[in-house]
Amino acid sequence: MRVALFLTCVNDTLYPDTGRAVVKLLTRLGVDVDFPLGQTCCGQAHYNTGYRHETEPLARHFSDVFGEYEAVVTPSGSCAAMVRELYPRLGERARAEGRGQTLARTLAPVVPKTYELTEFLVDVLGVTDVGAHYPRKVTYHPTCHGLRALRLGDRPRRLLEAVKGLELVELPGAEECCGFGGTFALKNADVSAAMGADKVRAAESTGAQVLCAADNSCLMHIGGTTSRLRSGLRPVHIAEILASTEEEPAL
Amino acid sequence: MSGTFVGMPAFAAFPEAAREAVGNRTLRGNLRHATHTIRAKRARAVAEVSDWAELREAGRRIKDHTLHHLDRYLEQLEESVTRAGGTVHWAADAAEANRIVADLVTATGESEVVKVKSMATQEIGLNEALEAAGIRAYETDLAELIVQLGKDRPSHILVPAIHRNRGEIRDIFAKEMGEWGRPAPDGLTDTPAELAEAARLHLREKFLRAKVGISGANFMVAETGTLVVVESEGNGRMCLTLPETLISVVGLEKVVPTWRDLEVFLQTLPRSATAERMNPYTSMWTGTTGEDGPRTFHLVLLDNGRTDTLADQVGRQALRCIRCSACLNVCPVYERAGGHAYGSVYPGPIGAILSPQLRGTASEIDASLPYASSLCGACYDVCPVAIDIPEVLVHLRERVVEGGPAVRAGNRVLLKPAKGHAAERAAMRAARWALAHPGALRTGQRLASRTRRLHPRTLPGPGRAWSGTRDLPPVPAEPFRDWWQRTHGTDNGEGAAK
Ligand code: SF4
Repeated sequence: MRVALFLTCVNDTLYPDTGRAVVKLLTRLGVDVDFPLGQTCCGQAHYNTGYRHETEPLARHFSDVFGEYEAVVTPSGSCAAMVRELYPRLGERARAEGRGQTLARTLAPVVPKTYELTEFLVDVLGVTDVGAHYPRKVTYHPTCHGLRALRLGDRPRRLLEAVKGLELVELPGAEECCGFGGTFALKNADVSAAMGADKVRAAESTGAQVLCAADNSCLMHIGGTTSRLRSGLRPVHIAEILASTEEEPAL
Repeated sequence: MSGTFVGMPAFAAFPEAAREAVGNRTLRGNLRHATHTIRAKRARAVAEVSDWAELREAGRRIKDHTLHHLDRYLEQLEESVTRAGGTVHWAADAAEANRIVADLVTATGESEVVKVKSMATQEIGLNEALEAAGIRAYETDLAELIVQLGKDRPSHILVPAIHRNRGEIRDIFAKEMGEWGRPAPDGLTDTPAELAEAARLHLREKFLRAKVGISGANFMVAETGTLVVVESEGNGRMCLTLPETLISVVGLEKVVPTWRDLEVFLQTLPRSATAERMNPYTSMWTGTTGEDGPRTFHLVLLDNGRTDTLADQVGRQALRCIRCSACLNVCPVYERAGGHAYGSVYPGPIGAILSPQLRGTASEIDASLPYASSLCGACYDVCPVAIDIPEVLVHLRERVVEGGPAVRAGNRVLLKPAKGHAAERAAMRAARWALAHPGALRTGQRLASRTRRLHPRTLPGPGRAWSGTRDLPPVPAEPFRDWWQRTHGTDNGEGAAK
């Protein structure tokens, strides 16, 4: 299977370790991974801030880069949701504005084959035990887009539960937003920070060493908060946990 | 044209108003407690119903169908109400509705009215307008009474005094009741039973004296001209049946075609709103009926920005709202910012999409409301008529930053982008350009990596919004794409991509 890794602009620039972990994990599972260097960004930040027209060229670019692959895998619930949920909407709005079907037709091929990482593992590869080893106490935050846009359900939990040595503890109020929300974190910084602080306190109450999620954008906000609050809690992307083995443990 | 009044003077933009609320510990405690309690109860009440998804879909469809043929159903409603002995008045905006109601009350020779809790009359500021016409309006819903006595503003659709705790309510009753009628009993404590009894005694006097009642309605049935109010306390029923004249002010989107349609909402509304299987009081009235109930009945159909909203393909779904307030109770932003920060009688997620549509996005508060959300989607999940609130929020953000076509006061207009977004727009354009050119993105990444030791821990300018409370992630020594190229070799298509 020719699978393309769509790493997302945030991960590419700020969290290359997550990218390396995805490559390591998928390769270990026998997947032939490619990273098309033409990739940039799905356009989510533009779209969510109200710049729909600025989003269109980015979506078209995404389709150009990834159109030929059998599957596109991304370690980001919100970017996967952007492609799957909102690309069709971009096409639909363009049509409603009398600009015909061109955009919808261009974007259509990538929509069904773009998967969030845990979705790809469980649904496409059919695995829940990826042979990982990670001897730590972990709590899982199911980010909003993973939870409500992609309906990831218990896929990430099933993957984590199969990790050797990992003790999974329940996060109180897990389904509540951490307060990141892209530009919301800047435009409504006070509310965003209050939400983040509550999330960190809830995670701390579990006694976990690691707070895990499937989206580094949320982890950047939560991690920035733990760091400022001098909390011992460490934010870690789920890909890094799943990639960790006894021979090559994650740090 | 942005003259539509939505019941509350608009103060600061949302972020500033919210900052104050976030810092108020009592308020945050009150709100957290109240919203979490009702949230959990609602989830249980909804889980009991095996066909919730179908009910939600049915509700969505009925509302969409009705909105699509609104003119037809409103005409049918007017006919039915008239046939049943009522009189229908059409009000284009708040001023017209207030004038109609004030004239109707004045014509009865009365200077006092009792009121059923109603969002529509809050929206148009009816109490203040009546006051100006020399008429005193008494709120009879317990929470509305608390707000009225406290010279306060409502902060929740269903529980307007949600921001108050019992101690605060006791103090308001003890201090203010005497001003308005029967004073609170001596030695009033803050136990719920005593507070309720004080309110009951205070209100009973009003019910028995009033000759005019004013209400809104949750639904209007076109086929029979029947109006429906659902409530928990029974105060509404007293106001609807005891006075000689009843005036109902209702938003024109509240019409449903038939009684069959009503059945769906009488299941979804109470469970979404108060987590009850059925409302304790469901009152229905159809025109006038001889010696029983009010002798005179007036229905004021309120537009106040609704047909403008209906003209918007994406935004019109906000008119499906049945005001259950489930979206408020589940919203993490509402929970922290409080209802007053939204600057209208409609707070929370529904307020954030309804007010900027009814009023337009010209004012600072209205331009800021579409951003009062992290787009977490919890509101969409609970909405019993499936309003995609995040979708409408993003659509309204577009209206704020890019402008575009809209209908205001019945006229097609081309809105200009709101002021203050020029720098952001330029940044977004630049980012879009860079992101459409992978080479430019890579240059930026390399520059960031190379200068990483110089990056400050706190940011200047607009970045302070982030670094005031959160640390920045350190920039890695090497972006992923450089690592990939170093370890996996050739350039595969960077140049080819447009
Ligand atoms: S938007 Fe939906 S959830 Fe919110 S008050 Fe209206 S009907 Fe209820």
